[in-house]
Amino acid sequence: MTTDTLIKVDGLKKHFGELKALDGVSIDIKKGDVAVVIGPSGSGKSTFLRCLNLLEIPTEGSIFFEGTDITDPKTNINLHRQKMGMVFQQFNLFPHMTVLQNMTLAPIKLLKLSKEETEIRAMELLKRVGLADRAGAYPSQLSGGQKQRIAIVRSLCMNPDVMLFDEPTSALDPEMVGEVLDVMKSLARDGMTMVVVTHEMGFAKEVGTRVIFMDGGTIIEENTPNELFSNPKSERLKSFLKKIL
Amino acid sequence: MSLFDDIRITFISTFIEDDRWKYLADGLSVTMQVTFFAVLLGIVLGFIVAIIRSTNQKTGKLKILNLICRIYITVIRGTPVAIQLLIIYFVVFASYNISKVFVAIIAFGFNSGAYVAEIVRGGIMSVDSGQMEAGRSLGFNYIQTMRHIIMPQAFKNVLPALGNEFIVLLKETSISSMIALQDLTRGGDIIRGLTFQAFMPLIAVALIYLLIVMILSYFVDRLERRLRNSDH
Repeated sequence: MTTDTLIKVDGLKKHFGELKALDGVSIDIKKGDVAVVIGPSGSGKSTFLRCLNLLEIPTEGSIFFEGTDITDPKTNINLHRQKMGMVFQQFNLFPHMTVLQNMTLAPIKLLKLSKEETEIRAMELLKRVGLADRAGAYPSQLSGGQKQRIAIVRSLCMNPDVMLFDEPTSALDPEMVGEVLDVMKSLARDGMTMVVVTHEMGFAKEVGTRVIFMDGGTIIEENTPNELFSNPKSERLKSFLKKIL
Repeated sequence: MSLFDDIRITFISTFIEDDRWKYLADGLSVTMQVTFFAVLLGIVLGFIVAIIRSTNQKTGKLKILNLICRIYITVIRGTPVAIQLLIIYFVVFASYNISKVFVAIIAFGFNSGAYVAEIVRGGIMSVDSGQMEAGRSLGFNYIQTMRHIIMPQAFKNVLPALGNEFIVLLKETSISSMIALQDLTRGGDIIRGLTFQAFMPLIAVALIYLLIVMILSYFVDRLERRLRNSDH
């Protein structure tokens, strides 16, 4: 394992009873990668992402994060999850807390940072995504696009080493997709390591450093965005691209 | 003698003579004490049982504790509260010289706990599973996520139902007279025995219960409306 490998996935399998959602996935995610995972629904791409921080417990295989095997039951996964931000399709903001409380809860309770320090940092992040004026609002008072931007900066408040995105724009009205993608793009430009499951091919082309095509629980093809989209090798990727482009 | 005189004389013998109203006042105070502490005990027990049950439901852990909780709920909900009260007084605490108020608090608290547990468990299960995932993905462990994220939402969801449970509990304490505890109901009954007049003392007792329940219902209603209006 080279030093700049952040996540190393080895022979990952996840079975739900008879269904083989993941059937042997191996890949290295390096520091600074923006790895975009695409594929038809049911291809296992979301399951793959959710295995990376053990929201799904793999049936087989191992995942090394910063050199530690997090699939080892002796590993304290909670400590490693602090370094892996996750953004969900359904936002999952905490509805009983204000935007600012949503963002500061974990840093204060888990990183034991002072309230003042955390709030200053949270306000900086809010400014960055253009939502500083919504710090005191509750999630129910926000639009979908605003909610997802808050969800992103909530994760960033923990200073993660990698950000996992699980179809972050799929639950949004079309006119709100752009504002969320813009935040993700600026994050990518700042050098954040990202693994993004998405249907936004434009995003994959523009900011992806590599694109991973999954189908049937395995990685079929992996390449730079240019190569993968203009020069697909496998039949399955060809037919997938024909359908969506 | 006119009807009015008749009522006046009964009123005096029921409430004024020998300060008989004190039976009702003292009884009310006992009823409120039993209700208040039984509610507290019920909440504590109910929340513990609900957390164990929902944890088992979601993760499959705590099998033995869950079994104990299920037996507790089945037994409490499957037997009359009057029998539970008698068993606790005449069987469990038979050889102890213990205050009847305490016995009533234990009996009604344990009884209420089973109902509270099922209400709260419903509240916990109604919180979207994405909330647990969001909490865990930030690095909170299961208990921290329950404490900071799930329980505050569950509690808010079940507040009205809990309020109603306590109104029911208040009325149920009227069977405390079965162990000769001098609560409000017993107070009215004692006056009846002294004056050989049933109508006035019993109606008075009923009105006092009704008044307290109406006051409590008013607050539960207001709470419910406030929770519905502000959806956060």
